[in-house]
Amino acid sequence: MKIYDVAIIGAGVIGTSIARELSRYRLDVALLEKETELAFGVSKSNSGIIHPGTQNPPASLKGKLCVQGNFLIRKISKELNVDFKEVGELIVAFNEDEIKELLRLKKEAEFLGVPGLKTVDKAWLKENEPNLNSVVVCGLYAPTAGIISPYRFVYDLAENAIKNGVEIHTETKVIDIIRVDKYFEIVTSKELFKTKYLINAAGLFADDISKMLTIDDFRIKPRKGEEFILDKKKENLTNHLIFPLPSKISKGVLIIKTADGNPMIGPTAEDIEDKEDFSTSDSGFSKVLLSARRLIPSINDKDIISYFAGLRPVAGDDFIIRHESKAPGFINVAGMQSPGLTASPAIALLVADILKNNGLALKKKLIFHAHRKKTIHLFAIPLPQTKKLIKKDASYGDIICRCEMVSAKEIQDAIKRGAKTMDGVKFRTRAQSGRCHGSFCTTRIMKILAEETQTPLAGITKRGKGSEIIKERI
Amino acid sequence: MIKRDLVIVGGGPAGMAAAVSAYENGVKDILLLERDQYLGGILNQCIHTGFGINYFKEVLTGPEYAGRFIKKIKGVSGIEVSLKSIAVKLTNDKTITFLSPGRLKTIKARAIIMATGCREKTREMTHIQGTRPAGVFSAGLAQKLINIEGLLPGKEVVIIGSGDIGLIMARRFALEGAKVKAVIEIQKKSRGLLRNMVQCVEDFDIPVYFNHKISRIYGKDRVEKVSVMKVNDNFNEIPGSIFEIKCDTILMSVGLISENELIEMAGVKIEENKTSVPGIFVCGNSFKIYDVVDSVTTDSYLIGKLAADYTLS
Ligand SMILES: Cc1cc2nc3c(=O)[nH]c(=O)nc-3n(C[C@H](O)[C@H](O)[C@H](O)COP(=O)(O)OP(=O)(O)OC[C@H]3O[C@@H](n4cnc5c(N)ncnc54)[C@H](O)[C@@H]3O)c2cc1C
Ligand SMILES: Cc1cc2nc3c(=O)[nH]c(=O)nc-3n(C[C@H](O)[C@H](O)[C@H](O)COP(=O)(O)OP(=O)(O)OC[C@H]3O[C@@H](n4cnc5c(N)ncnc54)[C@H](O)[C@@H]3O)c2cc1C
Repeated sequence: MKIYDVAIIGAGVIGTSIARELSRYRLDVALLEKETELAFGVSKSNSGIIHPGTQNPPASLKGKLCVQGNFLIRKISKELNVDFKEVGELIVAFNEDEIKELLRLKKEAEFLGVPGLKTVDKAWLKENEPNLNSVVVCGLYAPTAGIISPYRFVYDLAENAIKNGVEIHTETKVIDIIRVDKYFEIVTSKELFKTKYLINAAGLFADDISKMLTIDDFRIKPRKGEEFILDKKKENLTNHLIFPLPSKISKGVLIIKTADGNPMIGPTAEDIEDKEDFSTSDSGFSKVLLSARRLIPSINDKDIISYFAGLRPVAGDDFIIRHESKAPGFINVAGMQSPGLTASPAIALLVADILKNNGLALKKKLIFHAHRKKTIHLFAIPLPQTKKLIKKDASYGDIICRCEMVSAKEIQDAIKRGAKTMDGVKFRTRAQSGRCHGSFCTTRIMKILAEETQTPLAGITKRGKGSEIIKERI
Repeated sequence: MIKRDLVIVGGGPAGMAAAVSAYENGVKDILLLERDQYLGGILNQCIHTGFGINYFKEVLTGPEYAGRFIKKIKGVSGIEVSLKSIAVKLTNDKTITFLSPGRLKTIKARAIIMATGCREKTREMTHIQGTRPAGVFSAGLAQKLINIEGLLPGKEVVIIGSGDIGLIMARRFALEGAKVKAVIEIQKKSRGLLRNMVQCVEDFDIPVYFNHKISRIYGKDRVEKVSVMKVNDNFNEIPGSIFEIKCDTILMSVGLISENELIEMAGVKIEENKTSVPGIFVCGNSFKIYDVVDSVTTDSYLIGKLAADYTLS
């Protein structure tokens, strides 16, 4: 039986970032994921912000890794051809007391090395952010804040990791881990894996995984965040990400720009018990709307076209990233609350370092494919270019999702790159995420999925077993 | 750039009536764009009867009603039909760009009629609390799944809203052996036609809850149940009235919205019988939401004539 050098549990942004980083080296790496699709844990339901590093305590690990991650993601997103946009952020103050707080934040952030910070006055705000509440007196401007599509980032990392030899096993739930001599045996819902080093990047379930090796000194508490998406027509609602001053447990309700163009408002921050409770609520909706209007008064509830909830995997105030000497070779990467997405490239480097310090030889491969070809999205390119594409491949002209202009070719490509479910297609291509929410294109996407994956139509699911779209053929 | 006298976008009953009318009124160079693989629009999935009572004084099914116009269009050479052709851009100088498998074309027209129909309001637009599992469908999508694809979306169904499509689908599910557990309507009475209330719901003993609203959707992967509450005339909860219904499927039938994003993107405003740009017209459900297709046909004939007058002047 094959013994892997490294096995990683969890294909969220953290697990895939680590996998891609390790794929530079001559190692056998396996990434194990319980869901049918990658990124379907915390990593698909977040704000998609690449934070500059302005709201973290100066002594924290997350503070340091956030600033590094913000820097590193620029190179990675170029290599992977994933859209990262530096849009800048504004943290705003409503009165004199808040200005003091803003200046304190600035100092802390500068200590952590956040570049380019400056305070901006009312006149600047009026000119650069005309829809902002006019009672705002001052802002802290952080130019390095950016946005990215959090799930497409994971898919692109994974695609590149696979190209460089990483094995990804989906629908593979880790059930137990046994330490035998110099390696670990991982019992999963599919097969048994053996590995010398084991990385726990299981998000909300990292405590359960750690417990399997009797390391039981932290608990993951889910902190729910509900977010509300606005119509693309409101794309230019703001020019920057807009933040209020942070509270004790969160960055507050923000005005978010997203990689897809739709603005978003949220998230709430509510500590809950159930790790699978992704429900949204009327109270969350009113809370977010009220807080968002305090920043941008013109936001209307009629502009909201969709909503979701995400759960932050919280284990105390900071990230937990450490080698466990009680189980040599086992590394916990847990408590990945915000800014986990931003920090992910820095976390990957740190984990590689920890592996090395604990005896794993990191020898560079002769050939590492750093670059990935850009995924084509018709919605993102001008019509003359679309015309050329259609000439090359007729199925670019076969539009399946009319709201978001997604062609049959893009959907086939998404499936070739790993999509297995309706939501997998949606998050990769945007098909079904427009105004009609799939009313027009569901049947055609089901048929393409059925054909490309050789599955009967009744077996096509929304996001994996148990979520079949239809009950039976008539 | 290719030039055409009249381009019509949308081959549903509105676009077809407008095409026939413009042709009969003298325009002999008409291009009819339809993104689907057949003409007929929504009528293709409406296999129930009840169409044409006013216009043809006959009781027809949707496809039969559409068939009469398809026949007329195929019979003349002045109307070119381009299927699998989706218009993606309109500008106010009357050029239109469309894609179809293998080509992208931009056409300059003397006149344009937009007849792009409507879409349904979705669960997302109605802010229902709870989870987002599989099993929530717009009523029109469920209709398409059953009538066109032969696929049964679910077996225990709750229908939200008592619009005509919802009522018709209540009967359709019942006929396929599924259990329709409830129709939930927030208003005091149905929004649908009386005949649909009688023939689709009462005749099948399907319970209808007026003055009720759905308050939460439950289920992780697939819908498991909904909770429902009674509301007063201001749609506020009547305390203590909440109850649950077990189901695996929810149909949303809460209204239709005109599809006119292309017109909006072009900065064109819709006015009665015309738009802010001379030579660009809108008809059918993309102009306003109609109850019955017969009136769509009558009104679209008029628009076809106006467009013909404009083109020939
Ligand atoms: C509302 C919200 C907004 C946020 N906004 C931002 C932001 O703007 N910027 C930012 O930087 N960060 C943000 N974050 C934080 C960020 O989303 C997370 O830090 C990051 O996604 C965590 O990734 P992960 O890979 O650790 O977790 P996950 O994505 O959850 O990955 C863990 C994976 O492990 C799998 N798994 C679990 N148990 C098992 C098992 N037994 N066997 C196999 N697989 C298993 C899961 O299915 C999952 O796919 C936000 C978070 C939330 C909730
Ligand atoms: C689900 C549903 C069920 C209905 N059931 C009934 C019923 O039982 N009885 C009844 O009397 N009425 C019913 N109606 C109302 C019915 O839709 C209208 O009476 C009539 O079909 C409207 O005609 P239309 O041509 O305006 O729209 P549609 O029939 O919707 O036709 C619009 C056409 O335009 C095409 N199109 C749209 N955008 C583009 C583009 N960009 N490029 C190219 N082509 C495009 C579409 O593919 C479609 O074929 C129903 C409506 C819906 C939505």
